Amino acid sequence: MNDTAPSPQAAEAALTTADGRPLAVALAEAQSRARRRAFLLVLPLLAFVLITFVAPIGQLLYRSFYNPAFSDNMPALVQWFKENPAGTEPDEGAFAALASDLKGLRANKTAGIVGTRINYDLPGSRSLFTKSARKSKKLEPPYREALLAIDEDWADPLLWRVMRTASSPWTASFYLAALDRSRDAEGNIIRVPEERQVYIKLFVRTLLLSALITLTTLVLGFPVAYLLATLPLRHSNLLMIFVLLPFWTSLLVRTTSWIVLLQSQGVINDILVALGLIGEDGRIQMIYNQTGTIVAMTHILLPFMILPLYSVMRPIDPSYVRAARSLGASSWTAFRRIYLPQTVPGIAAGALLVFILAVGYYITPALVGGSTGQLISNLIAFHMQKSLNWSLAAALAALLLGGVLILYWLYDRLIGIDNLKLG
Amino acid sequence: MAGQADEAFVEFDRVQKSYDGVTLVVKDLNLAMPKGEFLTMLGPSGSGKTTCLMMLAGFETATNGEIRLGGEEINDIPPHRRGIGMVFQNYALFPHMTVNENLSFPLEVRGMGKDEREAKVKRALDMVQMGEFGNRRPAQLSGGQQQRIALARALVFDPELVLMDEPLGALDKQLREHMQYEIKHLHENLGITVVYVTHDQSEALTMSDRVAVFNDGVIQQLATPSDLYERPENSFVAQFIGENNKLAGKVRSVDGETVTVELPGGATCRALAVNVGEPGSETLVSIRPERVIIGAAEDANSAEARVEELIYLGDHIRCRLNVYGNDEFIVKLPNSGIASQGLSVGESTTISWKTEDARALDPL
Ligand SMILES: Nc1ncnc2c1ncn2[C@@H]1O[C@H](COP(=O)(O)OP(=O)(O)OP(=O)(O)O)[C@@H](O)[C@H]1O
Ligand SMILES: [Mg+2]
Repeated sequence: MNDTAPSPQAAEAALTTADGRPLAVALAEAQSRARRRAFLLVLPLLAFVLITFVAPIGQLLYRSFYNPAFSDNMPALVQWFKENPAGTEPDEGAFAALASDLKGLRANKTAGIVGTRINYDLPGSRSLFTKSARKSKKLEPPYREALLAIDEDWADPLLWRVMRTASSPWTASFYLAALDRSRDAEGNIIRVPEERQVYIKLFVRTLLLSALITLTTLVLGFPVAYLLATLPLRHSNLLMIFVLLPFWTSLLVRTTSWIVLLQSQGVINDILVALGLIGEDGRIQMIYNQTGTIVAMTHILLPFMILPLYSVMRPIDPSYVRAARSLGASSWTAFRRIYLPQTVPGIAAGALLVFILAVGYYITPALVGGSTGQLISNLIAFHMQKSLNWSLAAALAALLLGGVLILYWLYDRLIGIDNLKLG
Repeated sequence: MAGQADEAFVEFDRVQKSYDGVTLVVKDLNLAMPKGEFLTMLGPSGSGKTTCLMMLAGFETATNGEIRLGGEEINDIPPHRRGIGMVFQNYALFPHMTVNENLSFPLEVRGMGKDEREAKVKRALDMVQMGEFGNRRPAQLSGGQQQRIALARALVFDPELVLMDEPLGALDKQLREHMQYEIKHLHENLGITVVYVTHDQSEALTMSDRVAVFNDGVIQQLATPSDLYERPENSFVAQFIGENNKLAGKVRSVDGETVTVELPGGATCRALAVNVGEPGSETLVSIRPERVIIGAAEDANSAEARVEELIYLGDHIRCRLNVYGNDEFIVKLPNSGIASQGLSVGESTTISWKTEDARALDPL
């Protein structure tokens, strides 16, 4: 005790606990125990999120710029590309490497994988690989003539350029494709021909439709949230049940019921025809197009707008509006200048929530969107499930994610994330 | 009284109010206030004070009857065209605006120019000694400061009538007393008419020209603070305002201004006949504690009493007595050094009071 006893001056600077330990140390110890316990409490969820969310997303992002299908299976050609700079005419050595790789493809049955990879960048070339690999057993020098005998296309300089790009597993070509871009002979980035430009149009459509859906949910949801917040409890509880009702029914049921209502032989058209407002042949197309997507998604996302709005409106004291009225403001002015500004955090939260959900929505547009009502996620799903171009799907998803993050950042700059009130 | 009613500035004429169609929250309210008066509505919780204020401000409609302002009926005029300033109990300062913006709001909606607005806002802030706080948000102010801003905001557009609903309810005692004086001075200096709601009786007595005591939707008595204390007209008011001793009894006889009351045990006393029925009916004699003296006195009522408790309070001594079976009878003895020395707990003594200090009122 004696030799550790601090001098009087030091004792003043560093306080100690009753048993002589420095206060700061004791405090840190006490807190670290609490921190350890807190960490253990969230550990299961943390592990779950890491395994089921962070890892797949990382994997996805990785796939969007790493595709080893070509480089793993064509080692000789990769070697040749490495030794000869871009622009070198493919010589006999190149064709010899190609021939040996094709034999390898045949032995390992991987011609399809390589063909598919090249097919992404040069449509129609998959069969070239499968066919040539099948016939590769009989290939004899000179390889150039032998291969051209199998298919003239092996002389196509574009094919060689594409193979050179694919020879590195690291590539930006999926991102270029996702943005309707490709590389020309000199390696410059150019737009793909008009008829193949789909993704940018779809991104723009997704953003516009999502913005429109956000706006309609706001316009429809604001009065409902206001009623919920101001009605006496007995009525507002009933109303709240109506608002939450959609959550209790299956998404599919809700979407199909919109089909029943809106299709051209559906309830609404039947009523309009029965009322004589439209003729039998003038039935309005309200589903399997953008209208269908907007109507059904507005309905499905409405609660996500109403609930944050409600949670912000509920605690707003009615005396604010009364005070404004007593100070001489008409009811409209009092609403606009006093009530509305206080609901901004709710509007912002609801809008952000609905917008982000809408941007990534898949099932509803797939069911009721027809061809004009498809969103970008439907195309991502197409590449995941039908065309099996996972790398392109991953690039599209990554762009979508990036776009949403930028919007989120803008939101934080403009409104401030701490103003967000979700409930 | 008739002359005053002609020039009444604020007038409630047979006003009734029901929220649910079953019970009347305000029953037959009649009230006339001249310009420049400071009138307080005082009453227990739920007695309908806020409801009256809200009807005057235009946020509730009267179920029946007329409310007039400056001689004009205002039942159908919306709140924002009544030109009445209002201070709310929770202040209701707009949280998303600075103090300056809060104050210039009523001027803006009246279409006033920028320069004039700024001048008026500055004057109003100076008036409540808050000149330096113009750029703060309400959340950055203390309760008392918010209170002042709310007051300044209700006054900045020069209303002739200002309503205040328990404006000091959230403040601590010391600040409350300080603000009472400030509000009173503003009222005097600006010549405005004020309707003030409180359930703190000392606040009502110190600030008001007249006090309306509410109970159960009815004005029990409308009078100056001194009248209210000295001359309560019924047992509720006598009980509600200040401390009060009550002796229950039966009226034996009424002769002119005074009445003879028979107390339990057969003794009698005389009191002013304020609010009593026929001989034989129940009554309650009310006597203020400070009007009772220990010992016999000439020409006065006297009674036997037993000392139950003596409480030393510095400037006076509270003496709890048992008088005719009522052991809550309080007498206040000024601490003149010797007065209390004659008394000790358990001892019997005689107390007396003057007939004009005892008021025979309705039984509760
Ligand atoms: N909006 C309303 N709907 C229904 N009943 C109401 C409403 N406002 C007040 N009441 C009822 O009217 C009665 C009088 O209420 P009021 O608010 O006027 O009382 P108060 O005198 O201001 O009381 P306090 O001192 O507690 O503020 C109460 O019984 C109350 O329950
Ligand atoms: Mg009240």
